[in-house]
Formats: sequence, C-alpha cells, structure tokens
Amino acid sequence: VTDRLLTLTTLLPLAGLVLLLVGGRALNDRAARVVALAVTLATFGLSLAILGRFDTAAEGFQLVEEAWWVEGVGLKYLMGIDGISLWLVILTTFLFPVAVLASWNVKKDVRMYMGAMLALETAVLGSFLALDMLLFFLFFEAILVPMYLLIGGWGGANRVYAAVKFFLFTMAGSAFLLVASLFLWARATGELGRGTFDLRELVGVAAALPPTTGRWLFVALFVAFAVKVPIFPLHTWLPDAHTEAPTAGSVLLAGVLLKVGTYGLIRFNLSLFPDAAEYFRTAVGILAVIGIVYGGAVALIQTDVKRLVAYSSVSHLGFVVLGIFAFTQQGITGGVLQMVNHGLATGALFLLVGMLYERTHTRDLSQMGGLAQVMPWLLGAYLFAVFASVGLPGLNSFVGEFLVIVGVFAVNHWFGSIAVVGVVLAAVYLLWSYQRVAYGPIRDEHRDLPDVSAREVAVLAPVLALLLVFGVYPRILTGAIDPATERVIRHVAPAQVTTDVGGAAVALAHGEGGE
Amino acid sequence: VNDIETPRIVLGPILPELFLAGFAVVGLLYEAFARRATATVHLAIALAGLVGAAVTALMLWFWVGDAYVLAETVAADRFSVLARLILLVAAFVGLLYYLEHIRRDPGAFRGEFFPLVLFATSGMTLITAANDLIVMFLALELLSLSLYVLTGITGRRRANEAAMKYFLLGAFSSAFFLYGIAMAYGASRSVKIDVIAGALAGQTGGQALALVALAFLVIGFAFKISAAPFHMWTPDVYQGAPTPVTAYMSAATKVAAFFALIRVLNVAFQPLTWDWTPLVYGLAAISIVVGSVLAVAQTDVKRMLAYSSVAQAGFVLTGLTSPDSVGISATMFYLVAYAAMTLGSFGIVMFVAAGGRERTQLSDYAGLGRRSPVLAALMAIFLLSLAGIPPTAGFIAKVGVFSAAIGAGNWPLVLLGVLASVVAAFFYLRVLVYMYMREPEEEFDVEPPAALANVAAAALAVVVLVLGVFPGLITDFLREAAILRW
Repeated sequence: VTDRLLTLTTLLPLAGLVLLLVGGRALNDRAARVVALAVTLATFGLSLAILGRFDTAAEGFQLVEEAWWVEGVGLKYLMGIDGISLWLVILTTFLFPVAVLASWNVKKDVRMYMGAMLALETAVLGSFLALDMLLFFLFFEAILVPMYLLIGGWGGANRVYAAVKFFLFTMAGSAFLLVASLFLWARATGELGRGTFDLRELVGVAAALPPTTGRWLFVALFVAFAVKVPIFPLHTWLPDAHTEAPTAGSVLLAGVLLKVGTYGLIRFNLSLFPDAAEYFRTAVGILAVIGIVYGGAVALIQTDVKRLVAYSSVSHLGFVVLGIFAFTQQGITGGVLQMVNHGLATGALFLLVGMLYERTHTRDLSQMGGLAQVMPWLLGAYLFAVFASVGLPGLNSFVGEFLVIVGVFAVNHWFGSIAVVGVVLAAVYLLWSYQRVAYGPIRDEHRDLPDVSAREVAVLAPVLALLLVFGVYPRILTGAIDPATERVIRHVAPAQVTTDVGGAAVALAHGEGGE
Repeated sequence: VNDIETPRIVLGPILPELFLAGFAVVGLLYEAFARRATATVHLAIALAGLVGAAVTALMLWFWVGDAYVLAETVAADRFSVLARLILLVAAFVGLLYYLEHIRRDPGAFRGEFFPLVLFATSGMTLITAANDLIVMFLALELLSLSLYVLTGITGRRRANEAAMKYFLLGAFSSAFFLYGIAMAYGASRSVKIDVIAGALAGQTGGQALALVALAFLVIGFAFKISAAPFHMWTPDVYQGAPTPVTAYMSAATKVAAFFALIRVLNVAFQPLTWDWTPLVYGLAAISIVVGSVLAVAQTDVKRMLAYSSVAQAGFVLTGLTSPDSVGISATMFYLVAYAAMTLGSFGIVMFVAAGGRERTQLSDYAGLGRRSPVLAALMAIFLLSLAGIPPTAGFIAKVGVFSAAIGAGNWPLVLLGVLASVVAAFFYLRVLVYMYMREPEEEFDVEPPAALANVAAAALAVVVLVLGVFPGLITDFLREAAILRW
C-alpha cells in the first residue's frame, strides 16, 4: 500500500466525493460537512506520510508510480514527487481542511459545495504529482469545473460573469498546453518510435528540437501557465474571480490554484526548454516586474478589500516568476518558497476578509473602520497576516522575498531595484487597508459585532502558526527545496551553479530568520 | 453471351441488413392490416429486428470467409461490424426516446415510425459495409428517404417545413454523389471501391477526372455529415424534427456517413491521399469555426446543439487528416463518443418539457439544477463531454483526433481546433450557467421522464464517463476495426 502513497493521497478526496454522491439525501448538511472535513484531514495525514518517506538527499523523482493508462495513445499513469512539488502538495492538503472549516456557514446545497471542494482537491493534487504531460493536462483541465461551480454557484453578486471568465481564460491558455504536448508526443513518435507524454523521456525529445521550434513550444506552454499564475497582461480574470468567489474559493484560488501555474513554469518550461527559457529570460523578467509594480499600484487604489488582496496576489506572484527566471539558486529557491508562503499568507488574508464580510456584509473599505475596537482578536490576526504578507522579518514571506531579490540582483540590477519597489508598495497598500479597517470612527451598526468564534480560531490558528514557524525556521522548507532547485539550475543555467554568489546570502537569510 | 457469370450468393455479411429490412416490412404490414396498431407490438417487431441484426453483426466480427461478397459489392470486415453496432445502439435509444415522446403526447403516435427507423438503420449499416459506390448510393438513398419522412412524421407545420428543406437539400447532395460516382467510373472503369483504388494506383500523369470524382463524392458526404459550408439544412431540420428523430438522426446519420467516407477516402482514393487531405483539412477548419461561432448566437438549445454538431463534424474530420490507421481509429473513437453524447443531450432536451410541449429556450433551463437535479446532472455530463473536459469521453476523443492530426503534421488545424473549443466551451457552459446559477423567470414543473427513458440517458452518461476514464476498454477493438483492406 505504501508504494501507492501518491495515488492514495490524490484519490482520497475523490472517494469522499463518491461517498457524498452515494449518500445522497441521506446525508444532511451537517454530515456532508463532517465527511468533507474528515476526508480532507485524512488527506493531510497521508501527505504527511509522504513527507515522512521523502528523502531530501535522493536525486530525481521519488515515490514514483508508473502504469500504462491508455497504451495506444501513449498516456501513462505516472506520478512522482520531488522537492519542488513536495511542499506544494502539503500546502494543498493543509489548506483544504482549513477551507472546508471556513465554509461551515455555507447553507446552500452543502453536499454539492463540499463535493466540488473534494473534486478540486483531487484535481490540484494530481496536477502537482503528474509526470506525464497528458495526465497533467487532464488534472489541469479538471480543476476548471469544480472551481467554476464554486465561483458561479456560491459567489457574490457578479459571480456568473466571474466564473465564466475564469473558465474561458484558463481554458484558452490550456489550449496551447495541449497543442504543445501533442507536438512533443508526435516528435517522440519520430525519435523514440512510439508516442509518449512521459516527462522524463520528453526532456530528451525536446532537447533534440531545432531552437526555433523549442522557442515556439516554450511560448505555448508559457501562455498556458501565465494565464494561471497570472502574469501581466493575462491577469484580468483574477480580480473578478477572487472578488466574486466565496471565501474558501478565494483561499484555494490564491493558495493553491495559482501555484499550479508557477509550478508548471518550473516543471515544464524550464525542464523541457532550458535554452528557450534562457532566450526569453529578459522578456519574462520584464513581464514579472510589470506585474509586481502594476499589481501593487492597482491594489493601492482599491476600495474593495477583496479586490485589493487579489491585486496583491498579482504583485506577489510576479515575485515568484521573477525569482524563477533569475536562474540563480537563490532566485528559484526563493520562488518556490514564496509559492508556499504566498499560499499561506494570502490564504490567511482571504480568510480574514471573509470573516469581516460575514460580519459587516460589506467589502468596501470606506464602509468599515474602527473595527479593532470591537474585534481586537480578529483584527490582531489580520495585522499578523498583513505583516507576514509584506515580508516582515521573522515571518515567512521575508525569507522568500529576500532570496528572490538577492537572486535577482545577482543577475540584473534593474529588475532587483524595481522589485524592491514592489515590497514597499505592498507595505503601503496592506498596512493602509488595515488602517482603514481597524482604526478611525466606528459605524454604529458595527458596535455589536462579535469577535472570533471558536471555529474561526480553529480555522486561523494553524495558518497563522505556520506563518511564524516558516518565518523562524525556513530550513524545514528549503531542506527539500534546495537540492531540487539546484538540479533545475544545473539543467537550465549550468554556469550559475559554480558561481555561487548568493551562497552566503542563503545562509544569511536563514540566519536572520532564525533570530 | 452465355458466359455471364452469376455471382455466388453469400448472404452472411448482409444478414444484419436483412434482419432490419425484413422486420421493417413486418412492421409495415402490421401497421397496414392491424385494426388498431399499438406501440408495444411495433416495438416488439422493431426490437426483434435490432436484436437479430446485432447478433448477426457480432458474429460477423469473427467472419473468416471472403473479404468481399455478393459480386464484391459488400465488404465483410470488422470496420463495418463496429459501425453497425454503434448504429444499432443509436436506433435502440431512438426507439426508447420515441416511446417517451408518445407517452407524453399520445396524439403524436405514428406506427410508421418504427419500420421507418429500421429502414433508415438498414441503409446506414449497409452504407458502412458497401464496397461498391452504387450500393453505397442505394443505401444512402434508403436512409435519406426514411429520414425525410421521419422528420415530418408529426405532420405539424414546422416539421413539414423541416422535412421539405431536408429533402430538397438532400436531393442536391445525392445528385452530387451520383455525379461523383459517374466520374469515378470514368477515371477507373469501375464503381468497386477496391478496384478504383487499384486503378488509380496504377495511373500516372493527370488525374483530373479522379479529382473531380473525389470532390463531388466528398461534397455529397459533407451534406450528410453536416460539415460547413454544406450544413445549412442542419439547424432547421434538427429544430423542426421531433426530438427523438433529431437525436437518432444526428447521432446515427453522422456515424454512418463518416464510416462510409472513411472507406471511400482511405480505400478508393488512397492513392490520391495527398490530394484529399487538404480538402478534408479545409472542411474541418471551416466546420469547426462556423459551428462554434454560430452556436454562440443561439438561444434555443436544440439549435445550439445543431450548430455544435457542425463543429463536432469538424473535429471528426480533423482526425481524418491523418490518413492512416491511427487517424482512423481516433476518428472512430470520436464517433463512438459523439454518438453517446449527442443521443444523451438530445434526450435531455426532450425530457425538459412541461404541459405537453418541449421547453427548448435557454431561459427554460434556468434553475433546472434545483428542480430536476438528475436531468441537470446528466445534461452537465453530456455538455462537458461535448466541450471536451476531462474525465469524459469527449476529452479523450479530442486528444485522440488532435494527436493523430499533429502526428500528420497538421498542427495549425489543431491549434484552431483547441481555440475553437474554448469558444465552444462558452456556449456549452452557458447552459450550465442557466441550470445551476440562474433563477427561473417562470416556474414550471418538468414532468419526470419514465424510468426506461431515464435509464437510457443515464446509461449514455455512464458510457461517456467510463470511456473518459478507461478508453482502453474499446481502443483494442477500434484498432482491429481500423484495418481496411484493398
């Protein structure tokens, strides 16, 4: 059974969905919630078992499971994990029970809601674990339907527009992913004598391509993932989707779904087309930097607090992309670290914004104010999450952002300088939003609002705790990430491995975090 | 004059057609002579025909006799067996739908429906087995004439108009087809598909006549598969015909015509592969774009599905741009999936009715997810499959035809196809939006369908899902069936 750990983890939520379906009307709303929570917690437990069996020293993919699915097409059921996907998987399994618990107050069609959540978890986990390109595409596409239903079925006033926009944007992007996969498959047929989507074999196939073809395929894959991340100027679906989605939907969207995009950039763009990646490095860097500044600037002028957090995601994900395309050890490690950190910090922010909305029934910053008087604990948690998000030393995002900036400075001063502006902007808009929510005169109708409930403590405490833990002791994460990113660097920019300019910086960052 | 050879009569390979046509005649006689013909007896007769045909078709899978029989006019290969089985299932589902239709609207009962479906089906199965263009033409006429009548079988104004339109345009396409046959004879001195292939392979130099024949035959088929720009009849006929007929017609006609087209292209005109692939390429591109774009503008679900079937024809043609067994088996998989999801979606369209009339406006689907969760869920599965979203058969089917096309170097067509899929996703999703995210303007209770019809639709949904997760279940059969001899 232990050989099938990845499959078990991926399919357990799906089993929960089946249970919900089979249970039918016999399961009341409460039972449906309990089932969903139990299943997501069990999945988290299984993912910890993966962590336990993961060997940070080992090369390549671990816990690999391989079997033919459709031999005629060359589709393999191929799952495996490495240092890059490890923490993303655990982040996913961690955030899902949190999201389920945060959705306890959902009243409408609870069974269907929870079912969509469970389907979503399987699809996301599958995306992180699949090593067969078509299998990845299958999971990648399968993310769309449950997320579409969550936004469109339980979202805000403008939910249908947001849901359809989300669906069509992502699907349009993934169209290019499919074409590129099929193109590689056809090339494999020519090279190896049989079509395959096996990533490990496709690396060789892609390396044999003419440079121009490789660049086109790189662009195709990049578009697919850039929509998902989202990278400027393909980000326009994100503010709508985030704003209209129910709280748990926003948490999962920011926490894990966007990471499928950045993960795809590393896993597919970098490992399949290192030369093309080098070729487009500056162009991607420019887009990332624009995203950082633009996202921050637009967040600055938002009056809708949820939209504000959404645009902050555009800015933060720009950091991740910038770090990845720095092609330095610090940059990529920082990028991967930031994926996890952003998932936790922004997840926490969305949870808190959701709790505020449940109380005040508004997301308009001008309608709030003075809330720290009545809800000191809730606003305290908000401030904590804001600090984590802006990269306060001692909290998680600091290490990641620091590594990214160090890694970027080592290769491009301009990008590094502008990225620092993004950090400042983040401090401004997030703290300002806190100020407008927490201080100032309180509105009369807000005077009797209750502070955090026990359930909400259970939702927030684990997330906030991790913000601190990963800030103080990031080596938990980097221990597994470092060897994996080093391999990526060896593959993409072999020159960078020897000139370990930032080696000291890594130690420095870890040291500073430890204080 | 005395040494005219009479062909050896081997009836085995056309037993399915004999069963279908035979029981169709029995049904007609029953309708003519029974004092009060009932649907039950008609159904029994028709089922006897279908079951007999299915059993004999299955036996043909293991046929070890001659490859061509009856003066080499009929091919006895697994290719046609597979086609027959799909068609028979489609006919069976069509009959079940019709029972539901007349249960809801007893006045609509016409006994001729059953024998006509059998006649149409026998034409369809024969067209996939024909190794002779004349036989193919006869089968084509048999199925077309039956379908013209079926379209107008209610005698209502709309249905009559649809039938007339279908008839006129269908007659045109038959003329094209016939003219193509004449040209093919001119080019090769034969109407036998395998002989044409041999003759064309042996020719060098200008092949103008053969190319004209090819063009005319393809146009004739393009009408039947409703590929753009020969799709004009499709929306009106699909909308005007009674929905059980639409369901049956859209699934079965397309499957039959595609199988025949595959044989004509990949056998008779195999030597001219380089000439016909661009033709198929162009038809596929136009169909995909026209079907997807025009479907967006529809507010009637039945019309929307009609335009979507034009786009689907384009996707199937995409698979045919790969002129080898990979392309053929991918195309066949698509056809299997297409038949299941089309029959299913039109079935649900038929079930969404109240007060004895079908509600086909998009706005009628508002709130369906709450009022009839089962119907809505089934519809969602069929629509997601049509849109090509995993884990449905439509997804695997699309990957299959796209990878075949890319394998043949046609990646621009595939890029167009996947982008059009996004457009298509928009209008399929719109139905989902109405079903799950909109509140109805006008409350009406959807009359729950009878168990039998419901089971049929649910079974199709299961097929769609199972083929989406375990396509390997049928790929081996498809590979066996994709071997065409000449």
